[in-house]
Amino acid sequence: MKYIKTLSGKNLRREDLAKIGCGECQTSCQSACKTSCTVGNQKCEQN
Amino acid sequence: MARGQIHKFYLNNKYIVLDVNSGAVHMVDRMVYDVLDHYGDKSLEEIVSIFDGVYDKEALEEAYGEINYLVEEEMLYSPENDLGDLVYNQDNIVKAMCLHVAHDCNLKCAYCFASQGNFKGERTYMSLETGKKALEFLAKNSGNRRNLEVDFFGGEPLMNFQVVKDLVAYGRELDKKYNKNFRFTITTNGVLLDEDKIDFINENMDNVVLSLDGRREVNDRMRKTIRDGGSYDVILPKFKELVEKRGTKDYYIRGTFTNYNTDFSKDIRDFYDQGFKKVSVEPVVTPEEMDYALRSEHLDDVLREYEEFSKEYIKIRKKDKDFLFFHFMIDLNQGPCIVKRSVGCGAGSEYLAVTPEGDLYPCHQFVGEDDFRLGSLDTGIENKDLREVFKKANIYNKEECRSCWARYYCSGGCHANAYYAHKDLTKPYKLGCEMEKKRIECSISILANEDE
Repeated sequence: MKYIKTLSGKNLRREDLAKIGCGECQTSCQSACKTSCTVGNQKCEQN
Repeated sequence: MARGQIHKFYLNNKYIVLDVNSGAVHMVDRMVYDVLDHYGDKSLEEIVSIFDGVYDKEALEEAYGEINYLVEEEMLYSPENDLGDLVYNQDNIVKAMCLHVAHDCNLKCAYCFASQGNFKGERTYMSLETGKKALEFLAKNSGNRRNLEVDFFGGEPLMNFQVVKDLVAYGRELDKKYNKNFRFTITTNGVLLDEDKIDFINENMDNVVLSLDGRREVNDRMRKTIRDGGSYDVILPKFKELVEKRGTKDYYIRGTFTNYNTDFSKDIRDFYDQGFKKVSVEPVVTPEEMDYALRSEHLDDVLREYEEFSKEYIKIRKKDKDFLFFHFMIDLNQGPCIVKRSVGCGAGSEYLAVTPEGDLYPCHQFVGEDDFRLGSLDTGIENKDLREVFKKANIYNKEECRSCWARYYCSGGCHANAYYAHKDLTKPYKLGCEMEKKRIECSISILANEDE
């Protein structure tokens, strides 16, 4: 595209439903901040 | 069908458009940015007429076509996610614990939510027996989860370090017995760090959170020794030694900012200049009446500071990619899935805090609040209604979150912030929301700049 550059695609729409909600990722603000909730900066354990 | 939600902003020389429901993020030119103000409400002909003399007709038509394409691909204005009736943690799995190994502290920081370590109660230490019981509780209640997180917290956990060491050894036994992977972390003020403790922490802790507030005068205003002296000069060399010996393992040097240092980017910069590369500096959480509290009159300054710092951050990272500010980190492609982003931190069900006596609370910030005691290691969860309240406090059940563009990034925010601001877990802490939204915009504009 000429006018739009996509930095990230549909990352909230994963085709494989078995791969969502596994619960293995870091829980809570546990080991970095302890006083606020930022989930968008955490990692998925399946990647 | 109603159009889905987008959010657009201009920051750090980039025009950015987020598609809220799909998570897609686009960098656009000024023309597309302007056209989006009218897209869907006006026809192409009307849009061409609106921008007559501003943008070339042919270019407008091409841009309009690109927008159409992304809409068809559900990467712009995409419909709301259908998670059905989201049933979260049906099996009540617990996978993370905050162990309050010492309700005591050797500093008396003015803003401490733990009331100088004792959480409004007696000064007590967790026994090894209680600690072992906690790890057993976690292993047995974690279902098929393999990665279990345990943070040694306080008060100051180094005041009970032998128990910390013994619990790490016990965790390794439980790893084998239950086929788990205990990940230990510790949050410390550093006062009692010595060579042995540093080596133990570096060897055994997946992450370590080092509490310091930045510049000497900023730190020493709030983080005082028991005799009212400054703690900076005692602690800084110890943290430096720990980090120098830590290699590539994770750590955060973590500060708190108050209304006395809304110029907190100078503290972040000071950390960096002292050799710390992984930095987190967080807004203080405290009742509004405290003299150092962040109140609405401070918000503009704080938001401006985040923006200004994001410019400096881009410059520093051009030369040094190892520099990380926790709240500017974002991974658009490999971040958490939609379930995680909908339910948030997991406090009160997946995550529990354990007091020295073995009582269970939804998280470390609720410890000492009698109404929030969930049960104990001996009895398990007794207040099941309270657990349900936490499980249901997700972005779909919070009215303000349902229409907020940032909902899949903050996941509804901190339960403790909401409670202490409104006595209601479903009403987000407004000031926190505004700061979080600004941090997300900064993070994405940083990524856009690094994408070049």
